[in-house]
Amino acid sequence: MQTHKSGFISSIKAFVCDPFRMFGVVSLVLLLLLTIAPAKDYFSEWHGYQRQYLNIIRNRGDAITLRRHFEGGLHQIWIPQLGVVDRCETCHVGLTETSLADVKEQPFRAHPAMPHKLTEFGCVVCHRGQGGATTVNEAHHSEMAGEEPILPARYMESSCGQCHQGPLEGTPKLNRGRAMLSRYGCVSCHSISLPDGTKLEATDNPPPLTHIADKTTREWIYAWLKDPTSYSTSATMPNFALSDADASDISAFLIANSVPQPGDQVALPAQGHGPAADPAAGASLYGESFCASCHAAQNAAGNLVGGDLGPELTNVGTKVKPEWLLAWMRDPQKYDPATPMPQYRWTDAQLKVIAGYVQNKSNPDLLSNVHLQPATRAQIAHGKQLVTEYGCASCHEIRGVPKPDNFGPNLSRIGSKPVVQLVFLPDMEHSLPAYLTQKIREPRSFGSTFRMPRYNFTPSQVEAVTTALLSLTDRSYSLPLNLQVAAVRETKYQPAGQAGQIMTNLNCLSCHRINGHGGDMAPDLSWEGSSVQRPWLDEFLKNPNTLRPALIRRMPKFNLTDAERTTLTDYMMTVYQTSSFQRDEMPLTGYTPEQVEKGRQLFYSKYACQSCHMVNPNEDKGYIGPTLTKVGARLNAAWIFHYLKDPQAMRPGTIEPNQHMSDDDARALTAFLMAQKTGAGQGAK
Amino acid sequence: MQANPWIAGMLAVTVCAGCAHRQGTAPALKAKAAGAAIVVVSGDKQLGFTGALLAQPLVVQVNDDQGNAVPGALVAVTGPRGVAVDPAQVLTDDSGQATIKVMSRGSSGRYEVTATSQDAHGKAFTLAVAEYAAGYQEEVGSEVNGKYCSRCHDPESTTEQVSNYDNLSVKPHSFASGDAYNKFSDADLANIIARGGPAMNRSAQMPPYGWTLNKAEIQAAIAYIRLVSDPPYAAPGVVYAKH
Ligand code: HEC
Repeated sequence: MQTHKSGFISSIKAFVCDPFRMFGVVSLVLLLLLTIAPAKDYFSEWHGYQRQYLNIIRNRGDAITLRRHFEGGLHQIWIPQLGVVDRCETCHVGLTETSLADVKEQPFRAHPAMPHKLTEFGCVVCHRGQGGATTVNEAHHSEMAGEEPILPARYMESSCGQCHQGPLEGTPKLNRGRAMLSRYGCVSCHSISLPDGTKLEATDNPPPLTHIADKTTREWIYAWLKDPTSYSTSATMPNFALSDADASDISAFLIANSVPQPGDQVALPAQGHGPAADPAAGASLYGESFCASCHAAQNAAGNLVGGDLGPELTNVGTKVKPEWLLAWMRDPQKYDPATPMPQYRWTDAQLKVIAGYVQNKSNPDLLSNVHLQPATRAQIAHGKQLVTEYGCASCHEIRGVPKPDNFGPNLSRIGSKPVVQLVFLPDMEHSLPAYLTQKIREPRSFGSTFRMPRYNFTPSQVEAVTTALLSLTDRSYSLPLNLQVAAVRETKYQPAGQAGQIMTNLNCLSCHRINGHGGDMAPDLSWEGSSVQRPWLDEFLKNPNTLRPALIRRMPKFNLTDAERTTLTDYMMTVYQTSSFQRDEMPLTGYTPEQVEKGRQLFYSKYACQSCHMVNPNEDKGYIGPTLTKVGARLNAAWIFHYLKDPQAMRPGTIEPNQHMSDDDARALTAFLMAQKTGAGQGAK
Repeated sequence: MQANPWIAGMLAVTVCAGCAHRQGTAPALKAKAAGAAIVVVSGDKQLGFTGALLAQPLVVQVNDDQGNAVPGALVAVTGPRGVAVDPAQVLTDDSGQATIKVMSRGSSGRYEVTATSQDAHGKAFTLAVAEYAAGYQEEVGSEVNGKYCSRCHDPESTTEQVSNYDNLSVKPHSFASGDAYNKFSDADLANIIARGGPAMNRSAQMPPYGWTLNKAEIQAAIAYIRLVSDPPYAAPGVVYAKH
């Protein structure tokens, strides 16, 4: 053994000492070392994909072009301004080859059409993941601190929201999700501010609870707290999963804490107590007043019909006290100054009919199982403690309970929360989108001590909210200024003077938008004075007939006095004008028969306007757009001309297609339309 | 050579995709009754975003040979790879119906979910239900359709949106009618949408949208039309060179 070993050592010695042999071996080792780099490349994942790609394109018709575009090796998009070093194209070789549209397997799919250039934004700005990585696993799935996994495609719109702070045509899901953050009051508890410094505000109008005992009973509050959807399937208030005892204590506290408001207990004179019920008259007044534009109610078939600006009324009679309902309908702003509901100016007789009709929408079964014992002082005190703990005052005004600041965690950068900081449930996918989805869908599944309530969202609503949250990233704060696209924020516009008072009282801005403030249910009125003729406006306010027979949401009739109407008309005609043209730059009358005839032909043949509009009520059928039978007595000629030239400039978002009309065509059509003054189809066949 | 890391990587990815498609983990159910046919009650031909739960569940009904509903029949549901169904096995309820949640496929396109049951002799009968997985582009296209096109192209009215179809003197096709649309190339569709019916010698009742929608929106509308067409649209075959 010994000799053997020493023999080995000596042979090594001889070897090392022999410079020639030594040189040979070292160069061999060096040569081997030198081949490692190319060999590593050759056997690397990405190289395999590139070879596979060459195989795929080899037999295609456009192989030569594709082969010429192909460059082997590592590819990289480097955008220092965005901190982007993306090597994704190394494997996603055919990303920009539109002719590969039929190739479905990854990584060879061509990128679908997109609004930005790959070379300007790279990949990870939208898709996340590790752009610098050269293996699939590291690029797509890394969860290490400071690294984020790739974003599933269904949340892709969130990435647009990092730069675009406002609604975009191409991101319906993101827009919906962002609106929901305000609509469902998420931002009442979680503060969310955007990189430009604006803070999202709630738009859900939760009612003040200061006088709640005037409005409803403790039993109703209890049932509502236990499950808002048992009262109304469309309730926006979430479910706090309260125990029976807790719901009982909170309801006791709210009733005990309520102070009466003068007037809420007064019944109508004569015919005793409570509003009279005349179902037929009630239904027709309810219809004429277009209550359904804002309030939904279940119809006989069980379908919810109506708007969602106000609460659902299916079972409202079970909730409200008759005296309160009368007081509310007479003057809603007295009970809740911030309510979007207009003051209708109903006469006492009408009030009786409409309140009776609404009060009859009830379901006594709802509360038949609620039996509450009178509450003790301790229980009421406990109720107050619960109201504080659950942050009820974040949304509702409650006497003696101040609005808490930052009740829930701030979510301004939630979209960049690292996976390592999240606590997952067993069996749950380890990703931020999965975490957010679960948090929204079942907040209490993370533990019964969590206070976040549960909303009754559909899967697509959950996805929309998740998308909106994912858009709130660190990256959106570090963007170069030239890439930040601020949202058009709601202005604080309020109409002024006497007209302003009437408009506030009618809550016109709940439905109409004026100068960047208001709702979107009804037309924007910012340029109404340029658009319509004064006599028409005056008549319309007296008797609002809808222009679009196909609409179910219409302008209600408000019983305005003559003086009120004149004030409103004067104000709108003078103040609400566009600066882009003069109202009287084209005449209202005096067009030649030739012009009218030319316009008629354009209307019926070249532009086929009758597809959507009616001029001759006996012939035309279209009703997507407003009826034009008397348009010559309604609109100004100059407005018609400019609207035809560029509909979206005059009414942003209108679906009327821009037909790229010449001035001559637009002028002739204006002449034809201005001839339609009496509804007899002048000049029409 | 065999152990190429990228092959291993692909294998891992494939296996992973397999696990996502979890199925049939519940203990097997036993049929209490047997029917003769399955029909769709609701939830077919839905458009769902890729990888997301369909808004409405799929409801199917098992009938006997008289067409009467059969409660207690066993229905097994499967989807192609990447589509999750829950539950994968279910007994029909008192009204003979079974309700199944469907999670859309991960890549866009039409796919079929298959419901299978057995008759009294153990012979299987099946029903294939088509659903549509919309990627980003198709989703945008469906919004464009809803805002601008469906009023004319969809004969169905809803309470929210009344159809204008009956008022047109030249009738457009519903976007689902593949027989009409599959004949058009993408370029022809883009042309008629951007420049209106007259651009292709058709009625001016089809208005031009090229000055209202941008190119991406028109492409999106086309992607949507391609997705929902029935019979399905097949992209023009790739020309393969002879070896
Ligand atoms: C005002 C009604 C109307 C609207 C809105 C409308 N179309 Fe059409 N469309 C038509 C009519 C009518 C035809 C049939 C024309 C013919 O066959 O002469 C048509 C035909 C078409 C065709 C040719 C295939 C066929 O059905 O014959 C395409 C493609 C098309 N429309 C796409 C669209 C798209 C996309 C939109 C929305 C951006 C849209 N249309 C909006 C009325 C309309």
